[in-house]
Amino acid sequence: MARFILNGEMRELDIEPEMPLLWALRDELGMTGTNFGCGIGNCGACTVHVDGNALRSCVTPVSVVEGRDITTIEGLASVAGGANDLSPVQQAWIDYQVPQCGYCQSGMIMAATALLARNPAPTDEEIDAGITNICRCGSYPRVRKAIRALASV
Amino acid sequence: MNKPKLNRRKFLLVSAVAGGGVLIGYAATRPSRHRRANDSLASDNERFVTSWIRLQPDNRITVYVPHSEMGQGIHTALGQMAADELDAAWELVDIEQAPATDLFANDAIVKGFGGELLPPFLMGLVNASALTVARIANLQITGGSSSVRYTGENTIRVAGAAARQMLLQCAADRWGAAVDECTTELSHVHHSASGRSIPYGDLAEAAAELEPPAEPVLKDRSQFTIMGKAISRRDIPPKVDGSAPYGIDAHSEDMLYAALRLAPVFGSKLASVDATEALAQRGVRKVVELEDGYAVVADNYWRAKQALELVRAEFAPTANDGVSSAELAQRFDGALAEDNGSKDFESGDADAALEDAQDVFEASYRVPYLAHAAMEPMNCTVHIQGDRADLWTSTQDALGIKGRVAKVAGLSEDDVTFHHSYLGGGFGRRLPFTWNVIDHATLIAMEFDVPVKTILTREEDMRQDYYRPAVHSNLKAAFDGEGRVTVWHNRFTGPIQVPGAAHIPYAIPNQSIRVVDVDTHVPIASWRSVDHSQQTFFIESFIDEIAHRGRTNPYQLRMELLQDHPRHRNVLQVAAESAGYGSGLPEGRALGIAVQESFGSIAAQVAEVSIGEDGRPIVHKVTCAMDCGWVVNPDTAEAQIESGIIFGLTAALYGAITIEDGRVVQGNFPDYEMLRMTDSPEIVVHLVESGNAPGGLGEPATPPVAAAVANAIYILTGQRVRELPIGDRDFSTSRSLAGRI
Ligand code: FES
Ligand code: FES
Repeated sequence: MARFILNGEMRELDIEPEMPLLWALRDELGMTGTNFGCGIGNCGACTVHVDGNALRSCVTPVSVVEGRDITTIEGLASVAGGANDLSPVQQAWIDYQVPQCGYCQSGMIMAATALLARNPAPTDEEIDAGITNICRCGSYPRVRKAIRALASV
Repeated sequence: MNKPKLNRRKFLLVSAVAGGGVLIGYAATRPSRHRRANDSLASDNERFVTSWIRLQPDNRITVYVPHSEMGQGIHTALGQMAADELDAAWELVDIEQAPATDLFANDAIVKGFGGELLPPFLMGLVNASALTVARIANLQITGGSSSVRYTGENTIRVAGAAARQMLLQCAADRWGAAVDECTTELSHVHHSASGRSIPYGDLAEAAAELEPPAEPVLKDRSQFTIMGKAISRRDIPPKVDGSAPYGIDAHSEDMLYAALRLAPVFGSKLASVDATEALAQRGVRKVVELEDGYAVVADNYWRAKQALELVRAEFAPTANDGVSSAELAQRFDGALAEDNGSKDFESGDADAALEDAQDVFEASYRVPYLAHAAMEPMNCTVHIQGDRADLWTSTQDALGIKGRVAKVAGLSEDDVTFHHSYLGGGFGRRLPFTWNVIDHATLIAMEFDVPVKTILTREEDMRQDYYRPAVHSNLKAAFDGEGRVTVWHNRFTGPIQVPGAAHIPYAIPNQSIRVVDVDTHVPIASWRSVDHSQQTFFIESFIDEIAHRGRTNPYQLRMELLQDHPRHRNVLQVAAESAGYGSGLPEGRALGIAVQESFGSIAAQVAEVSIGEDGRPIVHKVTCAMDCGWVVNPDTAEAQIESGIIFGLTAALYGAITIEDGRVVQGNFPDYEMLRMTDSPEIVVHLVESGNAPGGLGEPATPPVAAAVANAIYILTGQRVRELPIGDRDFSTSRSLAGRI
C-alpha cells in the first residue's frame, strides 16, 4: 500500500513499494502531465516536487514519498495560488514562448520552480547548475530568458 | 448544393456543413514541386485534398491544419496564413488538427465534419489518394520543412482568399451593392457607402451556395495584417499545465502496457523464449513472441518493464553478429578506394584539371551514425475491437500510420480510427517507413481486446532507431599556377537521401561529385536536415581548408566564390558583421564560419569558440543569419533556428551511435549525450527577408553549425577536425593560429 498527498489530496494505492512514483502517477492515477524520458534519472522529464523539492519521479520509489506532499505539473497552479491561474513560472513560459514540442517542459517548469524557490535570483551559472534537464528541441535559450525575467521580478 | 470549380491544376471545394456553416477546401493535383513523385504514383484523376476552412454561423472560423505539431509552431503559422487571407479577427479563429486520416477516407470525412454533402466526385478520389499520399510520403506528412512552403502557400492561403472573395460576393448580393464597393476586416464585410456591415457568420450559409472563384487573388505582402507577426503559439498554453496530450498519454482504466525487446542485431530473429519467471510477476498478463522480438504485457508499464528483464530469450545468429563500427569504417574506405562511384554532379573536367594543377591536396572526412532520440520515446497504443481499431501514436504521418496498422491487423483502412496528439519531438523518426514500433504494437494488441500501449524504453528507442547514416567523404581540391581553385572532387558513401546536398554553391570550374553506395545492416532514415547534416560539415570544412591552403581569409574566399549567389553572400555578410568577424575578440577565442542552403532557405552561421582548460572546445555564441524568403511568424522562426542550431551542435559535440557485435552500443543519455543548459551557447538570430518564396525553417539551421565550430577550432589550435563528434576531444596540446589568419 502506498499513501501520499498528491496536489493537496491524499491518495492510496495498492502497489508495490518499489514502484517508481512516475508509473504510479501515469498508469495507476492517469496523471499524464509528468513524462517519461529516460527512466534512469538523467533527463528530468519526470520531475515533480516532493515537499517543494524537485525530484525525478522515475527513480523515486513510492515508498520514499510515503505520506509526503507531492506536486505535479497539474497541481502547480493551484499550489501557487488561484486554482485556474497559472503559476508565475508557467506564465513566464508562455510570455517567452519557451516550449517547442513541450514534452520536456513539465519537468523543466518543475525544476525551474524549485530552483527559484530556493534561489529567487539565480546567476547564469546557478541556472546552469540548477537546470540539468534535457530538452531535445533546444529550448534552453528561452528557458534561460524566462528564468532571468522571473529572477529580476 | 456543391458546385466545385475545377480547372487543370487545382480546384476549390465548397460544401454546406450539417448544423450550419460552410466548409471551404483546397484540393490540389500535380503540384509542380511534387510532380516527379506524383507522376510516378498518381493516376490522372487522383487529387490530394490538403486544407479546409470552416466558417460557422456564430462567426467563428476553424482552420483544419493537416500537419503534425511537434514544436515547430505549425498550427499557429498555418492558422495565421488562413486568417490573414480571410481578413479574420484572430481571436475568432480556432485551429484544429485536421482529422487528417479521416479527411482522406470517404466514409469518415463525412463523420469528421458532421456533414454528408461532400462533392460526390471527391468521394471517388479520396480513397485512392489516401493510398497514394501514404506511399509518396510527401504531401500529407510533416517533414522536409515543407508545411508553410507548400501547404501554407499553395493551399491554405488559396482557400482563405477564396473564402474571403465568396463572403464579399454574398454580402454584395445581399445589399445589392457592387463587390468592389465592399471591404473585409476583422471577420466582417463592410459597405462604407451605406455604413452597413455584417459578420462572416451571417453569410456562411449563403456562401455554401456559391461557386468558388477559380483563381483567388492572394494578398500582396504589404497587405498582411496577421502574417509576419510574432503571434503567440496556440499550442503553448496546454504545454505549460501538463494538459497537452502526446501519443504516450493515451489512457484508459482497462488499458494494458507492453514493454518490448527487439533483436539487438538488426535483422536477427527470435530463436527461443523462456517466460516462466516473467509470467509469475504481479500484473503480467502475457509474454508475446514476435518474429524479431518479444513483449511483456502487464497492467502497468513499470511491471511490464521489470518483467521484461526476467524473460530468457535467444536470438538466432546472423552474418552481422561480428560487425563493428571499425569494420564498417574499413568497408566504407575500401568501397571509396575501389569504386569511382556513380555521378552526382560533374562540371568541367576535373581529371584534366587535376593533371594540370600546381597544387593538389586531399582530406578524408567522416561522421558516425546518429539516433533521433526524440524526448518522447517511441510508443503506440492500439485497441482492436473485432473488425475495427482505435490508434493513438505521435506521428509525422497520420495517414501512413493508419494504413500501416490496418494492413498489419488485416483491417480496412476505414475501420481504423486515428486519434491525434502532439508529438514529443519527431526529427524524422516519426516519418513513414520507420514503422518497427507501430507494427509490433499492432501485433501485440491483436492478442487482447483492451487497448494496449507499447512503449519503448529509452534503451530500446536508441537501439531500435533508423539512424542518420554514417558517411565517409574523400575530398580533393586543386589550385592552378595563379592560385585559383580549379577542382572540387568528392567521393562519398551513400545513399543519397536528398539529391543535391553534396553539391556546392562555389564557382569552382571543374567539379566531380560521386557517390558510392555501401551495404550495411544498420537501418537508416531521415534525421533532421537529412543529408545536409553531414554534407555541410564536409563541404564547409573543406572550403575552409582550401581558403587556409591558399592563404586567403575563409570569409573572403567564400564571398569571391559565391559571386552568383547573392542570397548566400548577403547572409554571410550579415552573420559576419553581427558576430564581429575580423574585429577584436577576447583572448583565446576564434570565429568559424559556414553557410548552407537547404529546404529553400539559406543559413550562414558564425561560431565563437574557445578551448577550455581541460582541452575541450567551448562554444560561446552562434550567430545565424537566415534568409527564408519571408517569415510568417518571426518568433516561431527564431525558435526553430535556435532549436536547429542546438540540434546540430549536439551532434557535433556528442553525437555518435557506434556498432559492436552487430548491435548499437549506446542505450541512454549518459552514453548518447545531449547538449544541456550549461553548454548551450548564446544564440543570435537575424532573419534576412529577401522576399523570395518562403523557405523551410525546421531544418536549415542544423547543417552549418558543425563546420562553423570546426573552422573556429582550426584557428584556435591548428588542428583540422575531420571527424565528429568533438565535444570530448582534447585540443590542449595544439598551437593557436589566432592572429595569423
Ligand atoms: S524520465 Fe526521469 S529523469 Fe528521465
Ligand atoms: S520542448 Fe521538446 S524536448 Fe523540450
